[in-house]
Amino acid sequence: MAELVKLTIDGKGVETEKGTLLIEAARQAGIEIPSFCYYEGLTLQAACRMCLVEVEKTPKLQVGCTLPVAEGMVVHTDSATVAGARKGTLEFLLTNHPLDCPVCDKGGECELQDMVFRYGAGESRFVERKVHTDEQQWSPVVYFDAPRCILCYRCVRICNEGMGVNALGVAARGVGSEIIPNFHDHLECDECGACIDICPVGALTSGTYRYQTRPWEMRHAGTICTHCADGCRTTLGVRNDKIIRGNNRDRSGINGEFLCIKGRYGFDFVEHPERLQSPMQRVGDRFEPVSWSRALGTIAEGFATGAKCGVIGSNHTTNEENLFLARFAREGLKTGHIDHHRTGDLATFFDALSGRNEALATTGDLYTAKAVLIVGADLSQQHPLLAFQVRANVRHHAAHVYTVTTGPVREDQQAAASVRVQKGGELAGVESLRDQLKRHEDLVIVFGDAIQGESLRKLVGFGDSLGIPVKYVCLVDYSNSRGAFDMGLIPQSGGMSREQMLAASDLDVLWVVGANPLKSASLAAAGAFVVVQDLFLTETARRADIVLPAASAYEKNGTVTNVCGEVQKLKQAVKVMGTKTDLEIFGLIAKEMGIQWPVASGQWPARPAALPGLIQSAGDTLFTSGSLSRYSKILNSVMEAPGALYSGRWPVAGGQ
Amino acid sequence: MLYNEPSPLETRVVSKRFGMLNSASLDTYLATDGYQAFRKAREMKPEQIVEEVKTSALRGRGGAGFPTGLKWSFVPRTSPHPKYIIVNADESEPGTCKDRLLMEYDPHQMIEGILIAALAVDAHAGYIYIRGEYRYLIEIVDRAIAEAYAKGYLGKNVAGTGFDFDLYTHSGAGAYECGEETALLDSIEGKRGIPRMKPPFPAVAGAWGFPTLLNNVETFSAVPEIIRSGGAAFAALGVPKAGGTRLVCISGHVNRPGVYELPLGYPMLKSIYEVAGGIPGGRKLKAVIPGGSSCPILKASECDIPMDYDTLAKVGSMLGSGGMVVMDETTDMVRLGLRIMRFYAHESCGWCIPCREGTTWLKKILTRMVEGHGQREDVALLGELSKNMLGRTFCALGDAAALPTISIVEKFAEDFEKHLKPEMVMV
Amino acid sequence: MTFSPQLEERFAKMLSIYPPGRERSAVIPMLIYAQDEVGAVTRELVEEVARRCKVTPLQVDEVVGYYSMLHRKPSGKYHVQVCTNISCLLTGGEELYEHAKKKLGIGHKEVTPDGQFSLEEVECMGACSWAPAVEINYDFHHFVTPEKLDQLIEGLRSKH
Repeated sequence: MAELVKLTIDGKGVETEKGTLLIEAARQAGIEIPSFCYYEGLTLQAACRMCLVEVEKTPKLQVGCTLPVAEGMVVHTDSATVAGARKGTLEFLLTNHPLDCPVCDKGGECELQDMVFRYGAGESRFVERKVHTDEQQWSPVVYFDAPRCILCYRCVRICNEGMGVNALGVAARGVGSEIIPNFHDHLECDECGACIDICPVGALTSGTYRYQTRPWEMRHAGTICTHCADGCRTTLGVRNDKIIRGNNRDRSGINGEFLCIKGRYGFDFVEHPERLQSPMQRVGDRFEPVSWSRALGTIAEGFATGAKCGVIGSNHTTNEENLFLARFAREGLKTGHIDHHRTGDLATFFDALSGRNEALATTGDLYTAKAVLIVGADLSQQHPLLAFQVRANVRHHAAHVYTVTTGPVREDQQAAASVRVQKGGELAGVESLRDQLKRHEDLVIVFGDAIQGESLRKLVGFGDSLGIPVKYVCLVDYSNSRGAFDMGLIPQSGGMSREQMLAASDLDVLWVVGANPLKSASLAAAGAFVVVQDLFLTETARRADIVLPAASAYEKNGTVTNVCGEVQKLKQAVKVMGTKTDLEIFGLIAKEMGIQWPVASGQWPARPAALPGLIQSAGDTLFTSGSLSRYSKILNSVMEAPGALYSGRWPVAGGQ
Repeated sequence: MLYNEPSPLETRVVSKRFGMLNSASLDTYLATDGYQAFRKAREMKPEQIVEEVKTSALRGRGGAGFPTGLKWSFVPRTSPHPKYIIVNADESEPGTCKDRLLMEYDPHQMIEGILIAALAVDAHAGYIYIRGEYRYLIEIVDRAIAEAYAKGYLGKNVAGTGFDFDLYTHSGAGAYECGEETALLDSIEGKRGIPRMKPPFPAVAGAWGFPTLLNNVETFSAVPEIIRSGGAAFAALGVPKAGGTRLVCISGHVNRPGVYELPLGYPMLKSIYEVAGGIPGGRKLKAVIPGGSSCPILKASECDIPMDYDTLAKVGSMLGSGGMVVMDETTDMVRLGLRIMRFYAHESCGWCIPCREGTTWLKKILTRMVEGHGQREDVALLGELSKNMLGRTFCALGDAAALPTISIVEKFAEDFEKHLKPEMVMV
Repeated sequence: MTFSPQLEERFAKMLSIYPPGRERSAVIPMLIYAQDEVGAVTRELVEEVARRCKVTPLQVDEVVGYYSMLHRKPSGKYHVQVCTNISCLLTGGEELYEHAKKKLGIGHKEVTPDGQFSLEEVECMGACSWAPAVEINYDFHHFVTPEKLDQLIEGLRSKH
């Protein structure tokens, strides 16, 4: 238990931990000390001077955001002097701030507006000419309007400290000081948009959101990002049934306010013109739109006659849908040939842990563990939230990070040791760190698809032999990869794997739900009856006899399980005309087939010790994401070579 | 050749070699007591050196006037990290031009002072941060350093005493703010010169995060004499709590402007009328900036005082950096105020809002006034905005801009009259 | 980018004098000495200094705009800097600056068409007791009168 100190703020007795900053102590007591530059989790700046307060026995006003509380301190935040100081500072701030609030995207949710409303003066005494410079576009998503900038340096810090990208800096000095991008007139970065989100004013605006709406015209749906497996909560702003923006300013969810480009901007596939909005039936070599009843009838007929059925499920659909589909396959279609695109060896992983659930690391553990070992994974590219957690852990708790990878990764910047290995040499690399690792109080080992099968068992054995508490994260790629496995979308009792189904020339029926296996393989069974449920006419859908228009994750309710096994709720944000959720489609097919839906048996699908078939991560980067990225204008606009950001084009920015 | 004739009224201690033939050479230095102090200090314990400096009542000559011995005592005696000496030779305070002379005429005195400080805090490397405009001085100091190395007074085994010390120059590139010691540290680390949050103070975490002792050129230059003749003797030259002599840079409306070494507590009017030869044309004294542009300006009637820290504080100003600017009755204080504010607006680092926006706003108002568009309410606004900056900025630059402005508004109100737009008269 | 042997030697020393791993400390001195040789802080120079000091070009860009002696655009062969700060103001610095503008036919931070001269009104450069002062490149001139300035400029002109 930390030492407590007692102080008085505005006559109110406050007891808080020693070392707490006054601004935080006041917050705990329900007293607001305003600030622009102070931002929880980022380095202190003391630049905006909004948080000046009176502390008895000190002659000058004190800076609330850098002053640690002390026993017996008597603070006044509501005195006339403090009010005058706030008013004066805001008056200074407004001298060069354009009052273009009516056309500013931030209007209505601008911290400067709120601050002036609460603490500012009603009139301006500034009659001189304002400093003006033109707006700049730095990237497809980032626009910068320098005159609106109040220089709180939040953007610089979130980019440097939070993202580890170091893409923003400050140039010039005095009233000419300006935020600048890393490549002179443009940004080359993760395009995560965190800088835009954290900007208290309308200085940084997003290419996707600007001039689209007033903030109060949107309704919001807090859901889970559908792209990678990290399970970030993204709050979608919706206006007229159109998603306008994604962010997580309310810090709900496991990601706090973190989002990468995918969660923040990668929602535009929803309204892509190629989106399927009607069932389609193959007629010769083309598709014709057909009614749902006709499509369902054809499916029921096709399914009923098939002796050998294969079902390939999705790693994007909800747990409920996956569970439903697995049962439909096993109990309705009476087939064990069921699988999905597996990207991590979860079967061996769970078997190796033999029921030790406490060895499963959560997203939160990556922020609190004393040490983190990353094996065979490019965390910043493929698991941006996990990477963010690790960076924050280093920053806030001085955690030790170790990387064992085939090439440079961003985590090297903060690593206590980085080991470069040839593919397949990961375990030897890990072994070389044994002495360093076992000195820590605890450890989380995060590993990618390079570690599977026997290697995985050995890695767990290595961890268990260190003599310290070790937790693991077995990396998987997609928003519900983990759920697809957990819900039993896997071959069992002699069932064929995805690859085997595609290779089986005697397959009668192939039902593909939200997956695109034929992107990189062909279907051996030339005569198979193929049904595909998807958002788009993918390579697989093109081979189908019937294609059904499915709703995306942003158009449905349900739950998904992230890479760490955390189950979270999807909330429907919009509805796209003509589509149905996969769950609804399953029900309709079952009804059409006259299948009495089996009542839940109360048993979860069993976890097998090992599975046949390929386990391979797709190696998506920040700018690619399964088949969805193809239909996201914004993800395409910034598509870059993976790793280019930190693979030696420029030396890593020194923290010195 | 000296830039100005010395005055017989001076007490030449740190400037005693100014004007000597080859005064910047090590030979001249050695022939005139050079390195006696270092050898003496080498025999002393570090605490004794610090104690001697405390006894001397030497106060920082850069402008803040912090007691030097006390500052030295803050550097941790033992540290697992290397410790550094940094010399602030970023002389930029308007009105101040003394460190130039100390480096130009007597660089070895400064170097010896640095070495003694290094003994006191157990540092083995030092950097002299010289403003970029002083390129010729960087060359002079580099030559002096090279000579000292060549003759065994820097590097390994300094003067055969077994003490190692390396010294380098480091060029600035034009930024007044880098005279602020923590901004200087950021600058020496290759960054924008933005002041740092304190604590930690440089003595604990300074250059590159290591314990650092940072003083002005003149402060280091005074050290050899303090050790050689004893702190008490140096202190006795000045007044209690402010020992020794200091270089006073007299400029503006005087007959013999120049840099003169005067004891602390020297009468201000005597320095103007006798040392600097009085005001040209017999004109009347109007105002004095006692120690560089950051100080509140004194009216003529406030100038009959001894120049020491306490007295200046009593009259609401500061001794500052020794830059004394004398103004006669013809001076337009509004134009002067504008020039001062243009300077601070130009030099504000921009880090905090009140300084960044305040200096620019004040500059704009003063510009408008000087251009003939002043309004009566602008005068009060100048004072009020200055007070809105005062004590609320990140570093002292905001105060430095506010204080002289407040003093002009409060003491020279009549000067604003001619800059105000004639008021409309209803007939 | 390559520089003269003298400058390369200077850079090598610069990179050696700071504590290990602190090459960033050399950024500002390197820029100002390189600017003297290259004529301006060009994009290429920024990237070169970044490479040598092991920092990102962004970190160099941040510095370039901050320090007033670093220029993105080339100055004249002779950069005439006239101080108009307080001590110079009181002794005719502003008049001297106005005179320099007329004499050279250029304004603040402008360059003569032949590239020989550039002019800058500068802040205090530490010559207060010998004001008004002018610095041409790195040479100080004290107690400068308009006539003296004319002679200085003519003297430099006649060098060609």
